[in-house]
Amino acid sequence: MEYLLQPWPWFVSGPLIAIILLTLVYFGKTFGMSSNLRTLCTLSGAGKYATFFQFDWKAQRWNLVMVLGAIVGGFIATQFLSDGTPIQLSEETITDLAEMNFNAAGHTLLPNEIYGWNAVLTFKGMCILIIAGFLVGFGTRYAGGCTSGHAITGLSNLQLPSLIAVIGFFIGGLIMTHFILPLLF
Amino acid sequence: MVGIFFGIVLVKSEAVSWYRIFEMFKFQSFHMYGIIGSAVTLGIIGLFFIKRFKVKSIEGNPIALAPKNKSIARYILGGTIFGLGWALAGACPGPMYILIGAGVFPILIVIAAAMLGTFAYGLVREKLPH
Repeated sequence: MEYLLQPWPWFVSGPLIAIILLTLVYFGKTFGMSSNLRTLCTLSGAGKYATFFQFDWKAQRWNLVMVLGAIVGGFIATQFLSDGTPIQLSEETITDLAEMNFNAAGHTLLPNEIYGWNAVLTFKGMCILIIAGFLVGFGTRYAGGCTSGHAITGLSNLQLPSLIAVIGFFIGGLIMTHFILPLLF
Repeated sequence: MVGIFFGIVLVKSEAVSWYRIFEMFKFQSFHMYGIIGSAVTLGIIGLFFIKRFKVKSIEGNPIALAPKNKSIARYILGGTIFGLGWALAGACPGPMYILIGAGVFPILIVIAAAMLGTFAYGLVREKLPH
């Protein structure tokens, strides 16, 4: 029980993610969370504006159930399976964050400097969340997948397109982390 | 059920944390690489055996993952746009939903914006290099 409540090391979490991938494959599905964004657009009536959203969304119902499960899982894990241990970030990361005025790094799941209401309800904070979300939503569909679809499923299936996409993820991520974030904070 | 399990694993592994994503892109910890690396290694082995022994899915159909279309432009450009957003939000499309359950409600703004981004892609899709 004690081990359950502490953060799980990578060599436990990684294999568990592989089990999720293989379970979904066994059930005849493909692990890919970003497809739900398209489904949600279709459900919101986006089919009237672009043919891209005219597809049989019912075939994706299982994936929407997966989303509901993920929300419930997030609730269970934070409410009942956590003992409040701070995230064991590396010393360099904490120092780098302090230089950007991010204090208490790792004491919460997400930084209050971005996700705290005080930050969110400013013009800058709101823009950051909206732009970040927009880039994720646009980029993931353009690239045809996200971390679960390309990095986990695609690489496991030894697909070259997924390797190219993951290289893209890193080009974007490195530019943001090393050049843009220091300008923003 | 698989969704609930997914949510719990990603919270307990801290992969839903903005901090872990930042640390990963700074190459300052092995944690995220260990998670993705071990997941992919076991995934490769698992899928290899599924293909080798032609394992059938629970519905009795042959298991085959649809190959992605061949292209370089869309994966590099789309991937880079995604990466910019991923490192800023610290969340990709799976963790976004998990974080609702974790009680981080500002993430709903990010999800709404992500839907808008996907919608915008649907509108301009024909004009982009694929």
